[in-house]
Amino acid sequence: MARLSFLEWPVIRQFTSGDVTGRGPAVTSGKTRAVEPRTTTADRVVQSVCPYCAVGCGQRVFVKDEKVVQIEGDPDSPVSRGRLCPKGAASEQLVNSPRRVKKVLYRRPKGTDWEELDLDTAVEMIADRFLEARRNHWQDADPQGRPLRRTMGIASLGGATIDNEENYLAKKLFTAAGAIQMENQARI
Amino acid sequence: MANSDCIVIQGSNMAECHPVGFQWVSEAKARGAKVIHIDPRFTRTTAVADKHVPIRAGTDIVLLGALINYAITNELWFKEYVSAYTNAPMIINEKFKDTEDLEGLFSGFDSETGAYDMATWAYEMEDDGTSQAGGERGQGDGSADEGDAEGHGASSGESHGSGGPPIGSGRPKRDETLQHPRSVFQILKRHYARYTPQLVEETCGISPADFEYLAKTITENSNRDRTTCFAYAVGWTQHSQGAQFIRTAAILQLLLGNMGRPGGGIMALRGHATIQGSTDIPTLFNLLPGYLPMPKVGTHDTFQQWVDAVGTKEQKGFWADADVYAVNLLKAWWGDAATKDNDWAFDYLPRLSGAHGTYQTAMGMLRDEVDGYFLLGQNPAVGSANGRMQRMAMSHLKWLVVRDFSLIESATWWKDGPEIETGELVTEDIDTEVFFLPAANHTEKAGSFTQTQRMVQWRHQAVKPPEDARSELQFMFELGVKIREKLAGSTDWRDRPLLDLTWDYPVDEEGDPDPVSVLAEINGRFESGPDAGKPLSSYTQMKADGSTSGGCWIYTGVYADGVNQAARRVPGKDQDEIASQWAWAWPANRRILYNRASADPEGRPWSERKKLIWWDAEAGKWTGPDVPDFPADRAPGAQPEPGAGGPAALAGDDPFIMQADGKGWLFAPNGMVDGPLPTHYEPPESHVGNPLYAQQNSPSRVMFAREDNLYAPGAGEPGGDVYPYVFTTYRLTEHHTAGGMSRTLPYLSELQPEMFCEISPELAELTGVEPYGWATIVSPRAAIEVRALVTERMKPLKVRGRTVHQIGLPYHWGVGSEAVVSGDSANDLLGLVLDPNTQIQEAKSNACAMVPGRRPRGPELLDMIDKYRSEAGITLATGHTRITVPDEQSGTLPPGVDPSAGESFHWPSAGAAEAEEEEAAVEHEAQAAQDARTGASGAQPDGGPNGKSPHGTGTAGHETSEED
Repeated sequence: MARLSFLEWPVIRQFTSGDVTGRGPAVTSGKTRAVEPRTTTADRVVQSVCPYCAVGCGQRVFVKDEKVVQIEGDPDSPVSRGRLCPKGAASEQLVNSPRRVKKVLYRRPKGTDWEELDLDTAVEMIADRFLEARRNHWQDADPQGRPLRRTMGIASLGGATIDNEENYLAKKLFTAAGAIQMENQARI
Repeated sequence: MANSDCIVIQGSNMAECHPVGFQWVSEAKARGAKVIHIDPRFTRTTAVADKHVPIRAGTDIVLLGALINYAITNELWFKEYVSAYTNAPMIINEKFKDTEDLEGLFSGFDSETGAYDMATWAYEMEDDGTSQAGGERGQGDGSADEGDAEGHGASSGESHGSGGPPIGSGRPKRDETLQHPRSVFQILKRHYARYTPQLVEETCGISPADFEYLAKTITENSNRDRTTCFAYAVGWTQHSQGAQFIRTAAILQLLLGNMGRPGGGIMALRGHATIQGSTDIPTLFNLLPGYLPMPKVGTHDTFQQWVDAVGTKEQKGFWADADVYAVNLLKAWWGDAATKDNDWAFDYLPRLSGAHGTYQTAMGMLRDEVDGYFLLGQNPAVGSANGRMQRMAMSHLKWLVVRDFSLIESATWWKDGPEIETGELVTEDIDTEVFFLPAANHTEKAGSFTQTQRMVQWRHQAVKPPEDARSELQFMFELGVKIREKLAGSTDWRDRPLLDLTWDYPVDEEGDPDPVSVLAEINGRFESGPDAGKPLSSYTQMKADGSTSGGCWIYTGVYADGVNQAARRVPGKDQDEIASQWAWAWPANRRILYNRASADPEGRPWSERKKLIWWDAEAGKWTGPDVPDFPADRAPGAQPEPGAGGPAALAGDDPFIMQADGKGWLFAPNGMVDGPLPTHYEPPESHVGNPLYAQQNSPSRVMFAREDNLYAPGAGEPGGDVYPYVFTTYRLTEHHTAGGMSRTLPYLSELQPEMFCEISPELAELTGVEPYGWATIVSPRAAIEVRALVTERMKPLKVRGRTVHQIGLPYHWGVGSEAVVSGDSANDLLGLVLDPNTQIQEAKSNACAMVPGRRPRGPELLDMIDKYRSEAGITLATGHTRITVPDEQSGTLPPGVDPSAGESFHWPSAGAAEAEEEEAAVEHEAQAAQDARTGASGAQPDGGPNGKSPHGTGTAGHETSEED
């Protein structure tokens, strides 16, 4: 460790730095002083909204090298005034959690484990199954002959954690397909 | 809330579940407001409240009804407000009979179906009109589906998420003196006359002194100068009469003049980032965007029938333009294919025939009627009530698509779910194909969330999603593209709605559609004329002639002038308290709904202290810091032309502009499927007899008498002591719903690693459960193991001579092997009994047994559950008795008879009310909570035996759960 120069003595720093009570920068170690917060080295800051409860706290997402490196409360938000709860404060791990799965997985009928599958293939397979299920359980009319024009073969659940625009497209597509069984967290 | 003088938090643990929002309660308190927490448990909210009022869960109507009675009896209601702005003076049909007359039933009850005919609840009209109840925006499920008798209730409380149902045509008769015996005010007064402090003490377990404190504090803080606010969460909604709990508060708030005013209202604390948005732009079976109902076979067979059921041209207010909103939606979806000649492609919409809710759909899976299932950020294996039914249902699917961030329990039940352990399912025998598709998270896509006060906030994209992760927007878009490609050239009429769909969104280099283009479609635009292609700036610009389109009329304005108004971010510190330049709130950027009521009938603020908007006579318009929720130039004294309809029919003192009569509803002449006035019934599995009526439980509740949904015996039935305690479920700050976004994160998992229960030292002593030791909790549906947290925060309650022990259970854990932490799921204990207005389950008051130690493993677990069931003598019928009034149709007992008086049994009951979450239905929005809006209707044949039962039979039954 390098010798402290006279000017580096804490008591001197205490008076030269303006931290006269010795509870601030005057008593930090060299290591601490060398640390730079991720928020200052970020390439950019993007305004966002917390994805947990419905309070709608403002977030600032710090990005470096095209990776999310930190998420903090947005002081500009009149709703949250910069605060986040433990969930919102942990939301950086929604991006970088080791448990996150980034590849498509597939379990075949009677299979005992996951297999990998190409994304395009998966979507193609799902589209085929969607149409087949739609046909299998299509109902033209009720027993009295009144038109129903629907399928009971497909259902969907979830919507309160995805965007309004996403809910809109989902509802539009399912309704056009005649799939009425759409539900989300508002039901429970 | 910061402007409130008194905040009552009931059915919510706001400090725990909405901690950052709670700063506004703290702010109000710092300014001198009183904060009162009414809850079975002492929680983080209680710790910072001025007063804790413990309550037996499920008895909220008794308490709130007694407050209504107190305000009326002591002349503490806000007379000018009530006379001018509510339906207190309206005269009700002479055939109307109250629960006080019929021993717990209202007139119009059909004991076969459990449904009410609302005709006798209607207003009496002046000679020029027809009174009728029968409007049905969103009663998309009134009729039963043949062959499926399972709980087709009406649901659709949500369909009134933006205002009340129709009331027929003409002018309701009024008695301005409020003395007419059939006036709403007198009916209300009689209805709650028996809701006394004594009833509160013996039913809710609240002392007369506590009641007095509560009543005085609320009424002293409700007048011209002061306002009181209520806040609730799923502690109210998750009951078999959850919507009625909220209505009781709405009645009280109207009586006290607290609606539409700063610091007043009813704050619905919802539990997901855009639970409000997903109700407005609904992924719900019974709704279309903007609270239009999905059409129902038999009643909405034509376009005209459909829109008339929503609102007629003769009625007052903005729902009279239902046809306009409907045409604009159809035009947005089907573009040129939607023409006047084909009724704007109305026949492209599929039809409902009953309740097709999530629980009914799970039962459909068990009958092998559903092939495929998409899970979009929801984890029903853990989060839905009766978890076993959910998992067994998924094992019947041909295919399952799970879109999430990590392998949630709903993606892995086929290899590590609880039923694999018990042997009920064998991995190698399960035919379900499972696709797990990784989802982009909130930083990896742009889009909007609508928070709990209707404010739409835009998120900007920070980074690209990794590897195979995609937004839901891209997935849905590409799925639609592929489906349309596969159907191209089809001449089948069934494929026309898909092929004619407007589905041409601009995409980026990765194929992700531009979310702003979707927002623009939701907002709407001019289709023809000089402004063709330009965005609409207000829904009042919409036309029913096809010259405009808009995907969700209440969101029109969010893209006004081609600017994404939801992305506005003028810092809060640079604005006034309303902060109208931060994001955008529907409708029309109004922050407090029905704010016309913040001024007196002459248009002057009720007081300087509580002013919000007022009439500027010189300018001839309403003005103030908020956007007036009223026709801007309608003078306070304005009277509509005879025969006027729609917005033009609103008088200058009709603040509730979405109501068909312009008034706040103390009494709901239409819409609430389980009664025009909230009435107390015991929760389904309650051990306590209903002190008011022979009718023990809500006669309209939706029941499912099935082997996989068994219920404990209730008050007065043998075997009830087998499940002597009450459990209630709730959330923790450190986790979120079923854990998909929290148990997968190391930070949060470390903060709350393990499933536990909260019990009192007395219950620990009684059961022999050791602090921090294991305990097993058994309900008629399941048995789970938990660690015991023994704490004085849980207090045994004395109710009618019995000690009620309650057990608190967080519901965030689930069984699986992929999350950082796992544990048994509280929701497995719950069964299904639903609120008929909302189809939401009873989750807050349930019966259980508790013993020390861990639960058995493997098939022995099932033996244990069975042993308790047989000891209790449970059959399919247990807890599923609909009518307990002696002569079912009408009461033969004189009012006042206490049906439980002679019974010996009362044990515990009550569970907590608390929790948070989502939910629900009628709620919506915050401040302003609409007054008396109501739910919709419908019938609901249930699957349960609905024969009568011996007097006093209770019921059990009940509930469910939560989640997500």
